[in-house]
Amino acid sequence: MTVQEMIGLIDAKDMTPETDKKTEVTCGYTCDLLSWVMAHGAAGMAWVTVQTHMNVIAVASLMEMAAVIIPEGIEMEAPSLEKAKEEGISVLESPLTAYEICARLAAKGLAAK
Amino acid sequence: MAVILEKNFPVEAGAFTTAGEASTTIKRTLKQLGIDAEVLRHVSVACYEVELNLVIHSLGGTLTLLVDPEKVTLISKDVGPGIPDIEKAMTEGYSTASAEARTLGFGAGMGLPNMKRNATEFDIQSEVGVGTTITMSFALQ
Repeated sequence: MTVQEMIGLIDAKDMTPETDKKTEVTCGYTCDLLSWVMAHGAAGMAWVTVQTHMNVIAVASLMEMAAVIIPEGIEMEAPSLEKAKEEGISVLESPLTAYEICARLAAKGLAAK
Repeated sequence: MAVILEKNFPVEAGAFTTAGEASTTIKRTLKQLGIDAEVLRHVSVACYEVELNLVIHSLGGTLTLLVDPEKVTLISKDVGPGIPDIEKAMTEGYSTASAEARTLGFGAGMGLPNMKRNATEFDIQSEVGVGTTITMSFALQ
């Protein structure tokens, strides 16, 4: 599944139109503890989190993730979006809960790590 | 072993907004040197954790990156406050992070264990009132 396909699937808004949406997503994950994500993250991952500060992008970039998904209509902070564009990390905002986002992605065959 | 590259990165205590910048620069530098992707991933995780530890727990410090033909070495040296019980600090799930740090998603008690897991060699020396030095090396072969 590509980031572009994921956007439609979870009714998301693309907050970083500048990044490549053809990037292949390899797996899905949800967690709000950054150290936990550092231990369990993977390249190409789509990561669902309610955290919106700059360090989310630092973690996503260091792990070479495909996208960060912010659930429940929460808005990512502007400096984080700027950083995401610089680092080439796609940020998607979805009105759905983290649970629903993961359920939809899993139903379409996106694996857990 | 001849050092190919040496770089120092000062890390400020409590600077949550810029936390991760040193790690990002280090990753970029190593990528330019053509370091293997798997090694790069291990260095990146450990480097980010140690940088965050400087921000969350220390009174400030410096991250040093050393590259020689056999390994990448990261040294984190701070000016205090020091760790009273290293064994406890190394335990997964144990954290003394502040409420502010926890709100941001830090303080899972995974930092030091993550570093040890990712480094080929890991050493921690600490003295209360003096400071902590963490030395990690990552084999290139």
